[in-house]
Amino acid sequence: MKFTGSQKYITTQDLMLAVNAAISLQRPLLIKGEPGTGKTMLAEQVAASLGKPLLQWHIKSTTKAQQGLYEYDAVSRLRDSQLGDEKVNDIRNYIHQGTLWQAFNADKQVVLLIDEIDKADIEFPNDLLRELDRMEFYCYETRETIRAKHRPIIFITSNNEKELPDAFLRRCFFHYIRFPDHDTMQQIVDVHFPGLKKALLKEALQVFFDIREMPGLKKKPSTSELLDWIKLLVAEDIPVDALKSGDANKLIPPLYGALIKNEQDVHLFERLIFLSKRRG
Amino acid sequence: MLIDFFLSLKESGLPVSVKEYLNLCEAMQKGLAYGSVDDFYYLCRTCLIKDEANYDRFDRAFAHYFKGVENLDAALTKLFEKDIPDEWLKMLSEKTLSDEEKAQIEAMGGWDKLMETLRQRLEEQKGRHQGGNKWIGTAGTSPFGAYGFNPEGIRVGQDKSRNKSAVKVWDQREYRDYDSQVELGIRNVQMALRRLRKFARSGAEEELDLDHTIKATASNAGHLDIKMVPERHNRVKVLLFLDVGGSMDEYIHRCEELFSAAKTEFKHLEYFYFHNFFYESVWRNNRLRHTEKFSTWDVLNKYGKDYKLIIVGDATMSPYEILQPGGSVEHWNEEAGSVWLQRLLATYKNAAWINPSQEAHWQWTQSVTITRQLMGDRMYPMTVEGLDRAMKALL
Ligand SMILES: Nc1ncnc2c1ncn2[C@@H]1O[C@H](COP(=O)(O)OP(=O)(O)O)[C@@H](O)[C@H]1O
Ligand SMILES: [Mg+2]
Repeated sequence: MKFTGSQKYITTQDLMLAVNAAISLQRPLLIKGEPGTGKTMLAEQVAASLGKPLLQWHIKSTTKAQQGLYEYDAVSRLRDSQLGDEKVNDIRNYIHQGTLWQAFNADKQVVLLIDEIDKADIEFPNDLLRELDRMEFYCYETRETIRAKHRPIIFITSNNEKELPDAFLRRCFFHYIRFPDHDTMQQIVDVHFPGLKKALLKEALQVFFDIREMPGLKKKPSTSELLDWIKLLVAEDIPVDALKSGDANKLIPPLYGALIKNEQDVHLFERLIFLSKRRG
Repeated sequence: MLIDFFLSLKESGLPVSVKEYLNLCEAMQKGLAYGSVDDFYYLCRTCLIKDEANYDRFDRAFAHYFKGVENLDAALTKLFEKDIPDEWLKMLSEKTLSDEEKAQIEAMGGWDKLMETLRQRLEEQKGRHQGGNKWIGTAGTSPFGAYGFNPEGIRVGQDKSRNKSAVKVWDQREYRDYDSQVELGIRNVQMALRRLRKFARSGAEEELDLDHTIKATASNAGHLDIKMVPERHNRVKVLLFLDVGGSMDEYIHRCEELFSAAKTEFKHLEYFYFHNFFYESVWRNNRLRHTEKFSTWDVLNKYGKDYKLIIVGDATMSPYEILQPGGSVEHWNEEAGSVWLQRLLATYKNAAWINPSQEAHWQWTQSVTITRQLMGDRMYPMTVEGLDRAMKALL
């Protein structure tokens, strides 16, 4: 079983190798990178190209490790018992399986995505060590051990908002997706807009990378923003010339709101352009 | 030989563990990087390095260890010592041959013949270059083109288009910018701040343990079964002042990290901004600093003396800004900055000034020296170790 890339997703050789190493050695692969560098999409594409179901667990700041295993809904049970409901006799009716339980319990191997793990409390990854190591956990309420029938292929993503604990890192393979260079970005755009005019693509990329270079931006535009922007350019039928200027610093690109969304960044951007215009 | 490589990584200060080394061995055994130096490099990186900030150091260590071509030679010969599998040879050829070359191969007698020849070449090459200065031969006009036995010849996907295979990947030092020698990461900051977490158990007071009570009641078939736990609170209250003056710009990122770490660590965190030094007002929203001011007196009155005072600033300014009424660069201050700082310190006995500029430079800036004196020496650098000291001082 090997991941060899997909039609819809541009993979670099090092990323492909990391994916295959993780699959082959059955270790989780931790993927880090700026937002929009295709971390989530990677898991989707690997699942699709290997023909395996994808289970996703999106982490929020309030997510607890236990929620990935199961939750016991004691309140419903209490209510049911007060109402004399038959259900109350079987505690199983009140156990809600988490994503990990579903992944362990699946009849065929699945791809499990633990998305944006850095959103949670810093101890969160530590709370999952045992489960990820041994691929099992114990459910106290039903007194059973849930063991993985097939070790899932695990992807974990991080936007680098928090550092992850060493013990956790040691158990993962790691890959950092660098922001795509010009060529790679061109390929990515090609995948999404196969028929795009070469000239438009060239200018759009130029503007995009220039904006990313601007000092002081709080949030640099990412791949998804570039794609959204190009979509708009095409929809509005913007001519290539509107993107052209001898000096990119002096041009206010059309529809740039799709690229720069943060209010402070918009101010900064407009000010910089204004200044460089005035300087002539 | 892998073990030597591993040890040399350790020596260069990379945080690699035996567990990770064993992973790499297992991956090598499974043939994951069989026959390509690039793949070998990538595999090492994915198994051993868990932080892109260490990629560059890893690149340098890798280059250093495999620098002597002799080394690379010996090392890789060992690595690929097992018989070279047909499959790999085929892959090598398919990936590296042009149509023209493929035609030549046909002329030579097809794939099988080619495999045979290639294998022979390989053997020869191994012998010929043993200890020599070129492990990767240039087969020149042979059917194998310029690649010869060139493990770097295998490139898939976009790498081909990049056309930079002449330089070894690790020599490109593409991750140079990521190695910022960051003393602080949010995690480290949080760990340091946690020192301040004092969970006080106040007397015999107990509080209702709701979760536990619900569970117990439910398993008790609905008959209320109340559970109590001793009250435990993070009782630490923090008053944080952040300097947003111009000279602080270069530390903004670190301050943000500190701030976001502090925000998640303390339930009672009150924060205000100031510019260079303390005067009669501070503000809470940096963008509304001119319209939305808070009087420093009010702050002093509102937050009790049980708050711990943490000030973050580089204390770099003209001494007048601290010592003179009217010394502020922004407005006319009736009272000197030092008076205001002393007021704060009189209220908040537990105080620390965290200075993001380098500790070694403090002595050269007069305003830093003055501030430090005012603080009674409680100024700490914004490093993990410095934060640690600061937290101890605040307890
Ligand atoms: N390598 C890639 N190949 C194709 N599309 C990509 C690639 N990287 C990013 N994209 C595009 O960018 C979008 C954002 O990617 P996503 O996986 O959500 O990023 P992340 O999870 O890293 O924030 C994707 O939906 C896809 O359209
Ligand atoms: Mg994502």
